[in-house]
Parts: sequence; structure tokens; C-alpha cells
Amino acid sequence: MTSYELNVNGTTYPIDAEPSRNLLSVIRDQVGLTGTKEGCDDCECGACMVLLDGQPVNSCSYLAAQAAEREVTTIEGIMTTEELAPIQQNMLDAGGVQCGFCTPGMIMSATALLARTPDPSEEEIKIGLSGNLCRCTGYAKIFDAIKETVVSL
Amino acid sequence: MEFSIATTVAEALDALQNGARPVAGGTDLVVGVRHGKSSFPDQLVAIDRLNELKSIDASDAGVRVGSLVTHAQLMTDPLITDRYSAIADASALVGSPATRNVGTLGGNVMNGSPAMDTGAPLMVLGAQAELASSAGSVLVDLADLWTGPGQTSAASDQLCVALKMPVRPERSGSAYVRLEYRRAMEIAVVGAAASVALNADGTIADASVALAAVAPTIIAVDGLSTLAAGRTVDEQLLADVASAASEHASPISDLRASDTYRRHTVGVMAKRAFDAAARRATGEVIGIPVNRAIGIGAAS
Repeated sequence: MTSYELNVNGTTYPIDAEPSRNLLSVIRDQVGLTGTKEGCDDCECGACMVLLDGQPVNSCSYLAAQAAEREVTTIEGIMTTEELAPIQQNMLDAGGVQCGFCTPGMIMSATALLARTPDPSEEEIKIGLSGNLCRCTGYAKIFDAIKETVVSL
Repeated sequence: MEFSIATTVAEALDALQNGARPVAGGTDLVVGVRHGKSSFPDQLVAIDRLNELKSIDASDAGVRVGSLVTHAQLMTDPLITDRYSAIADASALVGSPATRNVGTLGGNVMNGSPAMDTGAPLMVLGAQAELASSAGSVLVDLADLWTGPGQTSAASDQLCVALKMPVRPERSGSAYVRLEYRRAMEIAVVGAAASVALNADGTIADASVALAAVAPTIIAVDGLSTLAAGRTVDEQLLADVASAASEHASPISDLRASDTYRRHTVGVMAKRAFDAAARRATGEVIGIPVNRAIGIGAAS
């Protein structure tokens, strides 16, 4: 076992866990935040996407102990008030959410994209979300939600 | 498993000497363990906080790229995109934005995959790996570093701390192109990198080509400079480059492609990489990565 502090969404959690545990399992099972999803568990689908110091990371394939004392942001952490973040509301309004399983990961990748590229081109949106799979929407409505977010920001 | 986080290179080297294995982004290690390709070592030392290994430093001798420089840095760094373009082409194709944020050049090189994207570019750019241990540092040619699939000649107490490349000649360009079935989270079906330097009259002064995913390691195409020197870049030369690459390959058949298909397509990739490198050598701007800029690879 190894002990460390994990900072998730601005709150510090003391963790005791096997050092081989991935960040996804620690966030879900020990921190207790289940918005971050396990899809493929193989770094392919992006359902587990979180931000580490603001950059997107596949939490299924990142050792939790390596995230000690860094800033982890999950889907639960992107609302600054009681209201949904603009990207969340726009995903709902545009029909970018169907079954919803990919949605947290999509929103985390989109959040990172918009932080580094405030006015992305269509190609930049596609590249920014290229590590996230959606089997329902066909992506077009997700891209629409991101474009709408650019306009509203 | 014991786990520690190194805060200095000396600490990391001490840990290696005591039997630990290093982890940076973990994109190969964690996925490899899950697939049963490898297992976690008894001791693991995280090296991802060693800021001294995260810089790209230019000097009169060339460029020294720290082993912890990420693919995301490499695909946007002005010196790399401008003068060592093939590395930027390759880095921009690795995984997804998440992979590129945590995946490092040193990790790609030391994982030793014959399909690694940065390997063929590093080879045509004349890179050497700087391996450090408590006993000191040595420079190793990449042809001597990669000994087989997933294998290197590095001792277990050696840490790759940098990749060093000489200054690029005048009127030179480089490019990396790969065959891919999809545009993200893809591994090269085959890949080729080329470096071309031109004389003032536009004929070729020097050239090299290296290939990915067609042999147990990344390989250079021998005799390429002799084949190309003094000639102009035309259809015949590009056809000769393709033939040389295909003849040099010794591919296997697996899930992703047959040996016959790989042997043919690596020639096509070599020709396209050579053409893009030569065009860059004339000053033509071709976007990073070449795969996207000129529509090579998976259809949009």
C-alpha cells in the first residue's frame, strides 16, 4: 500500500491504495465520484477522461499515485455554481447526449480543448475529441454543442 | 509493488540501481500490464516530475531533447516543427490529445516497439540516445539501442535522459508518413521517415530513409544516400526510393496487415515521405503532420 493525497476538484482526499491502482478506480471507489466512466478500460474510448493540471488524461491508464498532489478535475468539478457549465447545457440543448455514457469524457476533452483553443476550427474540434468514442450521436450534435459554447463564451 | 516519486535525476538513478523500473506517462506500462504483455515491476519509480528532462535545448552542436518532452510539446515546438519536422509529424499522429499530453519521447524510444512513430524520424535525423546511470552518461546510436521488439541494449540501471541530434544542413527537410486505418488511437501499419538535403542547384546532396513496423526494430534503408546523391527529385527517383524501401523490409503478417501488403505499402510511404522531405527542403511549407496536410492515410 502507498499513502498520498489526491486533490480532486479542489478538495484534498487522503488515499491508501495499492500503487498499481489506476486513477479511474481511485476516483470512483475511494473518492466516491462516479461521473467518470469506465468504458473500454484500454485507453481507446475516452469515457474515463479527466483533467490533470488542466490537461486531458485517460484515467483508466494512469497510475493514481502519480497524480498525488496534482490537480485532478472530473465532470463533477466543472460547474462553478449550482448551474450547469455552458458546455454541459449546450450538450443537452443540441441533443449531444443520447445514452450519455460517453458524455462526461466528451465534456472533459471539450473543456480542455476550449481552454487551449478558445475558437477552434471544425478540424481542431475533431482532433480535440479524437480520443473519445460515441456510439449514439454520430458526433455532429456534439460538435454543434462545442460550437455553440464558443459563441456563448 | 513499491512506488516512489523521484524529485531529482540522481534520485531516479539511485532507484534504478536498486532495481526499480521507471514510469513517465504510463501509456505503455499500464496498458501493457492489462493486456498481459508485461507485469508491474517489484519497484516502480515515477520520473514524470523531473523538470530538468522536459526541455528542448538548441546549441551550435544541434538540439538536445529531454526524454520527458511530450508528444504534445514536440508537435508544436517551433524548432522541432521547422528543422526536425519528421519528429513533429510523428508526434502529432501518436494516440489522442490525452496520449500526447502524457506520452514522452523517451518512453516511445525506450519502449522499443518496432511500430513506434518517433523512431524512424529520429533515425533519419541522426539521433543518439543519452543514457545516464550512477556511473555516468553515454551516447548510443539508435541502431545499437534497439535490439528487438520491445528490447533495447540499455542496462537496467540506465535511464534515457535525452535524445541528441546534430544541426540540420542548409536546404534540408524531413518528413514522416504512416499507413493508418483510422485517424486516432492508431498504431502504424507501416511508416517511413525521410531526410533530404539539397545542393544549391536543387540536386540531392544527401538523403536517408528509415522504416517502421516492417522489421523487428526500426531500420534504416542502407545505400539510400548513394542511390539519391546528385539526382533531382522526379518520378524515377521516387520509384527507386520505394523499391529500395520495399526490398529492405522484412515484415511479418499479423492482425493488422499481411507481410506482402506491408512490403508494398512501406515503399509507398517511403516515396511520399521522401517527396515531402524534399519539398520542405526547398522551403515549401507542408503542415504538421504530413498525413493530414496532404491527405495521406485514413480518409476523413
